[in-house]
Amino acid sequence: MSELQNEVSELERTSATAARLFDIRRIIGGLFVVYGVIVTVAGLTASDADLAKAQGININLWTGLGMLALGLFFLVWLMLRPTVPPSAAELRDAQDAPADRPDQEG
Amino acid sequence: MITLADGLRLPTNGLDYTILAIYFVVVLGIGFAAKRSVRTSLDFFLSGRSLPAWVTGLAFVAANLGATEILGMAATGAQYGVAVVHWYWIGAIPAMVFLGLVMMPFYYRSKVRSVPEFLLQRFDKSAHLLSSILFAFAAVLIAGVNLYALSIVVEALLGWPQWVAIVVAGLFVLAYITIGGLSSAIYNEVLQFFVILAALIPLVVLGLKRVGGWGGLTDSLTASHGHNFLTAWGGTGIGQANPLGANWLTIILGLGFVLSFGYWTTNFAEVQRALSAKNLSAAQRTPLIAAFPKMFIVFLVMIPGLVAAVLVPKLGAPGGLQYNDAIPYLMQELLPNGVLGIAVTGLLAAFMAGMAANISSFNTVFTYDIWAKYVKTDRPDGYYLRFGRLITAIGVLASIGTAFIASSFSNIMGYLQTLFSFFNVPMFVVFIIGMFWKRASMKSGVWGLLAGTTAAMVNYFWIYKQGVIAIPTDQGANFVSAIVGFVAGAVVMVAVTLFTEPKPEAELAGLVYGTTAPGLAEPPAEGDAAWYRKPALLGWGALVLAALCYLPYSL
Repeated sequence: MSELQNEVSELERTSATAARLFDIRRIIGGLFVVYGVIVTVAGLTASDADLAKAQGININLWTGLGMLALGLFFLVWLMLRPTVPPSAAELRDAQDAPADRPDQEG
Repeated sequence: MITLADGLRLPTNGLDYTILAIYFVVVLGIGFAAKRSVRTSLDFFLSGRSLPAWVTGLAFVAANLGATEILGMAATGAQYGVAVVHWYWIGAIPAMVFLGLVMMPFYYRSKVRSVPEFLLQRFDKSAHLLSSILFAFAAVLIAGVNLYALSIVVEALLGWPQWVAIVVAGLFVLAYITIGGLSSAIYNEVLQFFVILAALIPLVVLGLKRVGGWGGLTDSLTASHGHNFLTAWGGTGIGQANPLGANWLTIILGLGFVLSFGYWTTNFAEVQRALSAKNLSAAQRTPLIAAFPKMFIVFLVMIPGLVAAVLVPKLGAPGGLQYNDAIPYLMQELLPNGVLGIAVTGLLAAFMAGMAANISSFNTVFTYDIWAKYVKTDRPDGYYLRFGRLITAIGVLASIGTAFIASSFSNIMGYLQTLFSFFNVPMFVVFIIGMFWKRASMKSGVWGLLAGTTAAMVNYFWIYKQGVIAIPTDQGANFVSAIVGFVAGAVVMVAVTLFTEPKPEAELAGLVYGTTAPGLAEPPAEGDAAWYRKPALLGWGALVLAALCYLPYSL
C-alpha cells in the first residue's frame, strides 16, 4: 500500500464518526413532526382569505399532514431499524476518550 | 446575477418567522451535536468515511440543489420552456451514473481524500497544485455568489438590509461547519432536501390549479410561445433558430457530455459526499441514489417557471418582473402563511446549503492539498484538524468579500456554467484520459489542464464575446466553449505524452483502468448483495428512466 493509503487507513482506525455521530433520522423525524403539527393547525384555522389565495385548496392542511407523515415515517424507520451499535473493535478504538462514551443510538 | 423586481415583499407573519427560527436552531443544534464525533481530521473533512449511502446520496443531490440552482432553473424554464429538462436528463443523469459505476472504484479504493489528491497520485505535483488552487479559488467564488444572491432575495422578500442577510447567513454557515465539520454540512443538506421539497410541491400544485392544470398550462403557452416551447428538442436542428441558442449536437456534446461530466464527476463539492460513504458499495450508490430524485426535481422547478410565464405575459421585459422572479412571485401570489414560512425556510436553507457545500470542500482541499503538502508538512493530525477549522472561518470571510464579482451577468446559471466551463472541463478530460490510458505521462496532466482552461476562455471571451463567430446566446457559447476546452486538453495531453516520461507502472496500481492495488480489497458489507443495492441495476435503471422521461416531450 502507498504512503497515502497507510495514512488514511490509520485515520480511519482512529475515526470517531461511526461510533459517535448521532442518527439524522431522529432530527428529520422530529423537525417534520413539529412542522407538520404547526402547519396542520394553521390549516385547521385557515381564514377565507387564505383559502381564496390558495385557489380554494386548504394547502396548509395538506402540506402539514404530508410533513407529519414524513416525520413519522422517519421516526418509525428509526424504531424498526435502529443504528447498528458499534462493533467490539470500534468500541476498543473509541476508548481513548472514556469520559464521554458513545451514545446508545436507537 | 439575481436582481429581484420591486414589490415582491412577502406578507410574512409571526407564524412564518417561527418556522424559520426553528430551522435556524436545528441547524446550529446539528453542528453542536456533530462536534463530539470529530476526533481526527478525517472526521472533520470526510466524516471518517463512515456514512450510509442514503445519507450521502441525498446530500449529493442537495449539495447541487442550492437556491441559485432552484431560482436559476425556474428562470431557465420561464425563458426557454421545456428545454430546461436537458440540464437534468441529459445534463446530469448520465454523468452521475458514470461517476457511480465507472469512476468511483478508482476514487474510493485509492483512499484519496479529495479530487486534486487523485491527480497527485496519477500525475505529478504540478497538476495537483494547479487543480487545488483553481478549485479553492472557484469554491470561494461560488460560495460568494450564493451569499450575494441570498442577500438580494432576502432583501426583496423579507425586507432585511443586504448586509444583515450576508452577516447572519454567513455566520450560521461558519458556525455549523467549523464546529461539526462535513458531518454537520451533510446532515444539514439532507434536512434541506426535504424542506425544499415541502416548499416546492405546494407551489407546483397551486400553480397548476391557477392556470387550469397541465392542459390549461400547455394551451396557454402554445398560444403565446408556440409549440416548440413545450418540447425538449423542437427547433434544435443544426442551423435552426431557437431561444436556447444551441442545437442538438452542442446540447449533447457540450452540455450532456463535457459540462455535465466535468461538473458531476470531478467537482469535489459533489465527489466529497461520495468519498464520505462507509464503503465502496455505498460510495458507488451515492450518485446513483441521487440520480432518482434529481430526475424528478426538474418538474418542481420547471412548472413554476412555466406557470409564471403564463401569469406574467411580459416576464423578462425591462422594468417588469424578471425570469429569476418566477418562484418568489408565485410564493407571493399563492402561498398563505404557514406554507409560506416553509417556502422561505426552504429557500434560505438552500442558499446556506449551497454555500456550505462549497466551503466544506474548500477547507478540505486547502488543508490536505495545499497546506499539508506544500506549506507545513508532516505535522501531527491534530494540527491539521485545528488548521481546518481556522481555514473554514477564513473561507467564509473570503466568500463574503467575493460576493460582488457576480453582478454583471443576467442569468445565474449562465454565470456558474461559465466558471465550470473554464475550470471543470479540462479537469474531466485529464481524469478520463488519466484513468483509461496507462501511458499518459506525468507531465501531460498539468499541460492538459492549462490548455483546456485557456482554450475555453479564449473561445468564450475572444471568439464569442468579440463576435469572431456568431453564437446566439451565452448558454450556446458555454456549450461550445466546453467542447473546445475538452478537445484542446485532449490533444495537448496526447502530444505531451509522446515526448515525456510515463509514470512508473507500480505507482499506477489501482489508479488506472485494468490495474488493481494489492491489499485494498474489502469484504462486501452485510446486506450489500440485496438486488436493490446493486450499483449496476441502479445505474442502468436511472439511465432508462431518464430516457423514458424524454418521450412525452419529444413528439
